[in-house]
Amino acid sequence: MVDLTRTYDVLVIGGGNAAVCAAVTAREAGATVLLLEHAPKHFRGGNSRHTRNFRGMHTAPTKVLTGAYLEDEYWDDLNRVTGGHTDEALARMTIRVSAEMTPWMEACGVRFQPALSGTLSLSRTNAFFLGGGKALLNAYYATAARLGVDILYDAEVTHLHVDDGFVRSADITYRGFPATVTARCVVAASGGFQANLDWMRKYWGDAVDNFVIRGTPYAKGRVLRDLLDQGVAPIGDPTQFHAVALDARSPQFDGGISTRLDSVPFSIVVNRDGQRFYDEGEDVWPKRYAIWGRLIAQQPGQIAYSICDAKAFELFMPSVYPALKADSIAELAHKMGLDVATVEKTVADYNAAVQPGRFDSSGLDECRTEGITPPKTHWARRIEEGPFYGYPLRPGITFTYLGVKVNENARVLMADGKPSANLFASGEIMAGNILGRGYLAGFGMTIGTVFGRIAGREAARHARN
Amino acid sequence: MPATEMTTEAMADARRNMEICNGCRYCEGFCAVFPAMQRRREFSGADLDHLANLCHGCQGCFHACQYAPPHPWGINVPQAFAVVRAESYAAHAWPKPMGQVFARNGTLVSLLTAIAVTLVLALAGILQSGDVMLATHTGPGAFFAVIPYGVMVWTASAAFLYALLALAMATASYWRASGGKARPIHIARAIHDAMTLKNLGGGGDGCNYPGEGFSHVRRWLHHAMAYGFLLCFAATSVATIFHHGLGWIAPYSPISLPVLLGTIGGILMLIGTTGLLWLKVLADPAPLARAVLGGEYAMLILLASVAKTGLLLLLLRATPLMGWLLALHLGFVLALFLALPYSKFVHGLFRTAALIRDHGER
Ligand SMILES: Cc1cc2nc3c(=O)[nH]c(=O)nc-3n(C[C@H](O)[C@H](O)[C@H](O)COP(=O)(O)OP(=O)(O)OC[C@H]3O[C@@H](n4cnc5c(N)ncnc54)[C@H](O)[C@@H]3O)c2cc1C
Ligand code: SF4
Ligand code: SF4
Repeated sequence: MVDLTRTYDVLVIGGGNAAVCAAVTAREAGATVLLLEHAPKHFRGGNSRHTRNFRGMHTAPTKVLTGAYLEDEYWDDLNRVTGGHTDEALARMTIRVSAEMTPWMEACGVRFQPALSGTLSLSRTNAFFLGGGKALLNAYYATAARLGVDILYDAEVTHLHVDDGFVRSADITYRGFPATVTARCVVAASGGFQANLDWMRKYWGDAVDNFVIRGTPYAKGRVLRDLLDQGVAPIGDPTQFHAVALDARSPQFDGGISTRLDSVPFSIVVNRDGQRFYDEGEDVWPKRYAIWGRLIAQQPGQIAYSICDAKAFELFMPSVYPALKADSIAELAHKMGLDVATVEKTVADYNAAVQPGRFDSSGLDECRTEGITPPKTHWARRIEEGPFYGYPLRPGITFTYLGVKVNENARVLMADGKPSANLFASGEIMAGNILGRGYLAGFGMTIGTVFGRIAGREAARHARN
Repeated sequence: MPATEMTTEAMADARRNMEICNGCRYCEGFCAVFPAMQRRREFSGADLDHLANLCHGCQGCFHACQYAPPHPWGINVPQAFAVVRAESYAAHAWPKPMGQVFARNGTLVSLLTAIAVTLVLALAGILQSGDVMLATHTGPGAFFAVIPYGVMVWTASAAFLYALLALAMATASYWRASGGKARPIHIARAIHDAMTLKNLGGGGDGCNYPGEGFSHVRRWLHHAMAYGFLLCFAATSVATIFHHGLGWIAPYSPISLPVLLGTIGGILMLIGTTGLLWLKVLADPAPLARAVLGGEYAMLILLASVAKTGLLLLLLRATPLMGWLLALHLGFVLALFLALPYSKFVHGLFRTAALIRDHGER
C-alpha cells in the first residue's frame, strides 16, 4: 500500500517517458520516489506509448545504430528544423548526453531492433524500440517497481502549492478522491496541453473541434497552466503545435501512428471547395509531412481530400482506413461529398498542366506542372488511370510547444530568472527550451530521456542533502 | 480476394488487426509474422491462414500494443490468430467431416481417451482372467502375457498409421491451399526454425509468457515436451527393431536402449507438459483465445498421462499392478494416436509448412 501521508524525497508528476526516466534515476540514487500518473494503468504512458524511436549521437556504429552521428551534424539538423528557435548550450548538452543513453535504457530492460532492420533511412540517426513505445514503458515500469518506486495510476495532480519558487505540497485526485502529497522535490513531467481543446480554442477558435489529437487524452496541461499561473517562466509559442495530415476517420484521441497518411506527394490535395491549395510535391515526404497538418488546419472546415489514381496507389504505405475507390473522378468526388463539377475541373486543369519528365518515387524527380497555381513541383503525373482513390484528411496534433523554462540541471526557472528551490521539469513540458519550433524525428524521446535522467539525479541529490 | 472465398468472423477480425498493424509496424522485430505482413497490402483468406499459422502465440505483440484493449481498436493479434489457426485445422482435416470436432476439441480428446482406455481395459479384462491381470509377470514376454502381442501391435500400428495418413492429408491440403512455393533450402531453414522455436524467442529475450515480462521458460518447456515425445517414439522404434530384427522380447533391462530412451523421454515429456499446463493456468488470459483453450488443456493432459503411466509401468513392472498399468498406458497411447490428427498437434505440421512458405517468400 502506498502511504500518502509520508513525505517522499521525490514526487514525479506524469507517467510517460520523461517521468519514468526521472523516477528510476532518482530511485537508483537512493531517493524515495512517488510517481503519479493521471491515466489508468491500461493507458499509462502518455504520448510516449505511441513512439517508436530515439535519436542518439554516436561516434562509431553501435548495436542499434549504424555509422556515426556526431554532435555538429546533430546540432545542424536541430538548428535547421527549429529555424534557430532553440538554445544552443542546452541543445548541445542534450545531444552530448544522448550518446550515453542507450546502454542505460537497455539496462532498464528497453530493447531495440538491431541496426539496419528498421526504416533504413533513419537507422543511422535513430534507434528503434522493439515493439514501440509501449514496450519501452512496460520495461521502465517493471524496473521502477523492482527498484521500489511507488506508483499510483488514476492519480491526477490538480495544484502545486508554490511559495516563492518552492513547492510545499501537491493537491491530487486519486481514484476520484482528493488528497495532499508532500515531497522534498518535485519533477514535473506531465507533457504538453494538446489534449485540452478548450485551451487550444483560445488560439484556434472552433477549428479545434475538427482537430484529431494523435496521442493521449490525458495531456491536458493542468500542471503547466498551474505553474505558469504561479510565476514560473514560460517558454515557446503558446499558439503553436506540431501537426501532421491524418485520415479524417481517425478517433479523436490516441489513434497514434497508424492513422497517418503518406499519400500526399503522389496525389493532389483539394479542400472542401474542391480546390488545390498547396504544392503537394514541394519536397520528399519526410521533410514535408509536418507542414500538412497546419495547412489543413487553415482550410475551411479543417478538411482536405487526397486524390490519386491506380498507378500512384502502390507508392505509399497502406493506411488503416480503406481508400475511397471509384471508376471515375466524378464518382469519387461524389463519394467524398464534394462538388463533382469543381473537382472534375481541378483534376482536368491539373492534368493539362503536367509536363513530361522522368518519374522517380524515391527522390526529387522531374515531373512537374506548368501554368497552374499552386504548382506541383515533383511527382506530378496525370490522374487518369482508374480506379481512382481518395482519402479524407484532417490535422492531427502531436504536441504543443508551450512549456516551462529550465536550466541545464533541469531546474525550473521563475519569471524573475531565479531557479526554483525544489522544482524540476523533464520532457514535453520543457521541450520548448530546445525545440521551439519544427520537429526532428526521435528528438522528443531524447529530450525526455536526457532531462528525465538529469531531473531525477538532481532532485535526488537535492532531497538527500 | 476471390468473391467466392468464405470469410469467417474470426478471419474478418484478423484482417482488421493486420490492416492496423500494417499501418503501425512497431512489432516488426518480434517474429516472422510482421515481415510477412509487410510484404502484403491486402489480406486474402489464404494470407490470413498463413500468417496465423506463422504466429507462435508468444504474446510479445499483445503486451507491446498501444491499441490493445481497452483501446477502442482492441488489437489482439495472438487471440485473433489462435481462432483463425483453429479454423484452418478444421478446414483441412481429413476426412473432411472430422473438421467439425475441432470446435469441441477438449471434449473430443477427453471422450476419445475415456473410450480408448475403457476399451483396452475391458479387452484386457475379457481376454484375460483376473488371475493373469493381477499376477506378477517377469522375464521375456511378461507384457504379452497380459495383452497378447498380436492385439497390441495391430491395434497400435493401425491407429498410428491412421494418424500418419490423416496428418499427411491435412498438411498436404493446407500446403496446396496456401499456395506456397519452396526449394529444399527453404525447407531446411524452416525445419531449423521449427526445431529451435526461433520465433518463440520474441526477437531475443523470449516471449511474454506467462505475463508482461520476457522469459524463455515456455520455449524450454515446449522443447522438453517435443523432444521427450520424439525420444519416446525412438524408444518404440528401437524396441520394434529389437523384437523383429534381433528377436529380443520385451521387457528389456533398465539400462537397455529402448528403456533408457523411453525413461528420459517420458521424464522430459512429463516436465514439459506439466510445466506448460502450469504456465497456462498462470497466464494472463487477455491475449488467449478461450475457444481453443479446452483442446489445448486436454491434449497436454493426455500427453502427460501417457508419460506418467509409461514411467509408472517401468517402476512397477515387477509388481502385480503391472497388468492394469500396461492396459491403462496402452489405452492412453491409443487415444493419443487417434486424437493426434484432430488436436493441437496439427500446429507442428502447419506451422512448419507456413515457415517453409515464409522462407520461400523472403
Ligand atoms: C503518434 C506519436 C508518435 C510519436 N513518435 C515519436 C517517436 O518515434 N520518437 C520521438 O522521439 N517522439 C515521438 N513522439 C513525440 C513523443 O511522444 C513526445 O515527445 C514524448 O513522448 C514526450 O514524453 P513526456 O513523458 O514528456 O510526455 P507524455 O509521454 O505525453 O507523458 C505525459 C504524462 O503525464 C501525465 N499527466 C498529464 N497531466 C497530469 C497530471 N495533472 N497529473 C498526473 N499526471 C499527468 C499523462 O497521463 C502522461 O502519462 C510521438 C508522438 C506521437 C503523438
Ligand atoms: S500489434 Fe499493435 S503495436 Fe504491434 S504492429 Fe500491430 S498495431 Fe502495432
Ligand atoms: S508470434 Fe508472438 S509477436 Fe508474433 S504475431 Fe504471434 S503473438 Fe505476436
